[in-house]
Amino acid sequence: MLSEEKLIMTSSPHIKTEDDTRSIMLDVIIALTFPLIMAICFFGWRSLTLTLTAVASCIAFEWLYRYFMKKPSSIGDLSAVVTGMLIAFNLPVTTPMWIPVVGSFFAIVIVKQLYGGLGKNFMNPALGARAFLLSWPALISLWVKAKPLADSSFPLLKSISREALSPDVIAAATPLAKMKQGFLPSTPMPSVDGDIVSTLRDMAVGNIAGCIGEVSAIVLIAAGIYLIVRKVITPHIPLAYISTVAVLTYLFPRGGNDPLQWMLFSLTSGGLMLGAVFMATDYVTSPVSKTGRIIYGIGCGLLTVLIRYFGAYPEGVSFAILIMNVCVWAIEKISRPGRFGVKRFKKAGDTK
Amino acid sequence: MPLSFRGGVHPDDKKADTRKKAIEVLPAPGQVVLPVSMHIGAPAAPVVSVGEHVKMGQVVAETAGAVSARVHATVSGTVTAIEPRPHPNGTNVMSIVIENDYNDELFEGIKPVDRFHSIDAQELADIAEAAGIVGLGGAMFPTHVKISSSVGKVDTLIINGAECEPYITSDNRQMLECGEEIINGVTLLMKALKLDTAYIAIESNKRSAIEKIRRLIAKKDGLKLKVLRTKYPQGAEKQLIKSVCGREVPPGGLPSAVGVLNINVGTVIALSRAVETGMPLLTKVVTVSGSAVANPKNLLARIGTPLRELFSAAGGFKDNPYKVLMGGPMMGISQYSLDVPVIKGTNAILAFCEKEDAYSEQQVCIRCGKCVGACPMNLMPVYLHMYGNRGMLDECEKLNVTDCIECGCCSYICPGRLHLVQSFKNTKQRLAALKKKKGAR
Ligand code: SF4
Ligand code: SF4
Repeated sequence: MLSEEKLIMTSSPHIKTEDDTRSIMLDVIIALTFPLIMAICFFGWRSLTLTLTAVASCIAFEWLYRYFMKKPSSIGDLSAVVTGMLIAFNLPVTTPMWIPVVGSFFAIVIVKQLYGGLGKNFMNPALGARAFLLSWPALISLWVKAKPLADSSFPLLKSISREALSPDVIAAATPLAKMKQGFLPSTPMPSVDGDIVSTLRDMAVGNIAGCIGEVSAIVLIAAGIYLIVRKVITPHIPLAYISTVAVLTYLFPRGGNDPLQWMLFSLTSGGLMLGAVFMATDYVTSPVSKTGRIIYGIGCGLLTVLIRYFGAYPEGVSFAILIMNVCVWAIEKISRPGRFGVKRFKKAGDTK
Repeated sequence: MPLSFRGGVHPDDKKADTRKKAIEVLPAPGQVVLPVSMHIGAPAAPVVSVGEHVKMGQVVAETAGAVSARVHATVSGTVTAIEPRPHPNGTNVMSIVIENDYNDELFEGIKPVDRFHSIDAQELADIAEAAGIVGLGGAMFPTHVKISSSVGKVDTLIINGAECEPYITSDNRQMLECGEEIINGVTLLMKALKLDTAYIAIESNKRSAIEKIRRLIAKKDGLKLKVLRTKYPQGAEKQLIKSVCGREVPPGGLPSAVGVLNINVGTVIALSRAVETGMPLLTKVVTVSGSAVANPKNLLARIGTPLRELFSAAGGFKDNPYKVLMGGPMMGISQYSLDVPVIKGTNAILAFCEKEDAYSEQQVCIRCGKCVGACPMNLMPVYLHMYGNRGMLDECEKLNVTDCIECGCCSYICPGRLHLVQSFKNTKQRLAALKKKKGAR
């Protein structure tokens, strides 16, 4: 039985890890279901229909583009699903259903595929879409107070207009918008109609007004830990990003607030956790080396605080990450791992 | 905390199949094929002719040049051919073919060294050269050159028992079964090179070998055991030295540049035997394993034995093999013929019946950076691959592609299934060719 007719010749190595692009994306999708479940709890089933719409459109656009360009289909790598989920997570629950469809088109066709598809784009597709969707500011800024699942009554598909909502559901401002004016979200503003007071606990759990996927800081941290444990991401970017924001907001609190309070509210508000865990860690648009990732994370943190403090919008996360996306090539040049064997070695006797 | 280096990967070690299999002696084959290149350096020059009768241990090809190694007859019998034959490296190499007369008639010149206990470095190097000893871990660098170039430059001796490649247990078995000879050999080397310290480095997954060596060195001064973290490529020379004593061998340099002499356990055993009995290197311990092998085991085979014989002795194939490797799955070379012989650097032959490696038609880099984290030489495989593909050789050189030790960690870990190592081998060849051209002008 020692036949050798069909021996194949290949170059080493002859074994490979089981993890491939698809299994990694699957892990990201699993991690993204953590905040999705919270979104459904706080904003009702419409969060799910928004997410499914975005995911379905991303898959469809990806498939159609590759089909018409006569390229092999790439929906199997599941990266379009991740993009779809992230697009939806950056929208409030009141967003009309056509918005995620337009966003998906922009993300998949313009930001990703025109540059050659997965791995070639220089901007994060979901963030690119979010920036693009700001062309319709009114449609994506009708904030509602988070409510428990039981009494959520948003239509699954139909549009929601401000008039159709009972006034006690509408939130005048997200915690972040209050912070923009120098107030802690826990400070009542009786002069404002529909003001909501959010305690630190509300902020951590996610019982606040905001985009569907960004509200629950604790669950997002848990998702991040899952990704780190599964070795999908390294902790460098999220840690550098969040620590930078923490240090800066502690050192420079606004409105004369207590530094610690201000820092904690800054960390739990807006898209910071979602951005640090899922957006800034996007492989394609972030550096590949550890040093590079730390520089990139610090840059994201710095820009986020700068935009939050001095920019036109209350939120700085998306633009901070997008700007850093553009700088990645430069960061890569200065963050190469040191060459092996150029360090001088210690002489004999100290080889403990 | 076991010692380690930066980067590396953790493939499933697959050693369970043969870890407990004691080394069995494989009867000499009817015919041995001895390539004149079983070492790094100039091929040896044949000194016998077709039709001549040779005895076991007789030199059949002589050292030719400063870096070269002798080849000995591993059986007694008649030289039937001196012609190019398939070599494990994939090419045809001039080989001396000997028909076995099954007498194992020993060559008269073989006798023990008398002044056993006062051998100096030059004498030891001469003995190694006479015995045709080369780095048996797979590198096959002539040991006599290594010893003589270390004189006066080296303060630390490291014995490499890491054996980090999956499946392979031949060094592990030798540590368990020939531990005394290892200690002998290390003592010889220490005396000859006037060293006070020697480290025996073993990966943490070989617990019985660690215990055995620990017991053997208990009463010996200067001999130390170093337990290494189980991680591939812990046994690669530069990584081993980094793990054991924290020194980094400079680019293009030899271990002696950082005062280290690094020798594989099998090589130490061969050295100790050459001194004690005068026996040249005639046999090799080979792990025969893999999913297609019916009864995986460790065999002591004569150098020159065709792979076919080893697989037969291991119960043949359960199923038609799909791929046959010489060496481990990370750096081994795939073989197209079972007629190629066991050579000095062979530590394992593996046969697989189905695709063990994940292959993908679409190779897309997702810039995950896993290759950068895994590269033990601190390279950026993702960029080397990108520039290499675009033919930007200067950029590759700037990113130190020449430092690549071809360990395969990057290709192993890559989720986009890129053929990274293959591309770097190619880039290095193109760079070398370019250099040559420039040099010629
Ligand atoms: S491991 Fe593969 S996919 Fe990841 S960056 Fe390196 S080459 Fe690209
Ligand atoms: S680039 Fe070379 S040294 Fe680095 S992991 Fe790949 S094969 Fe190993």
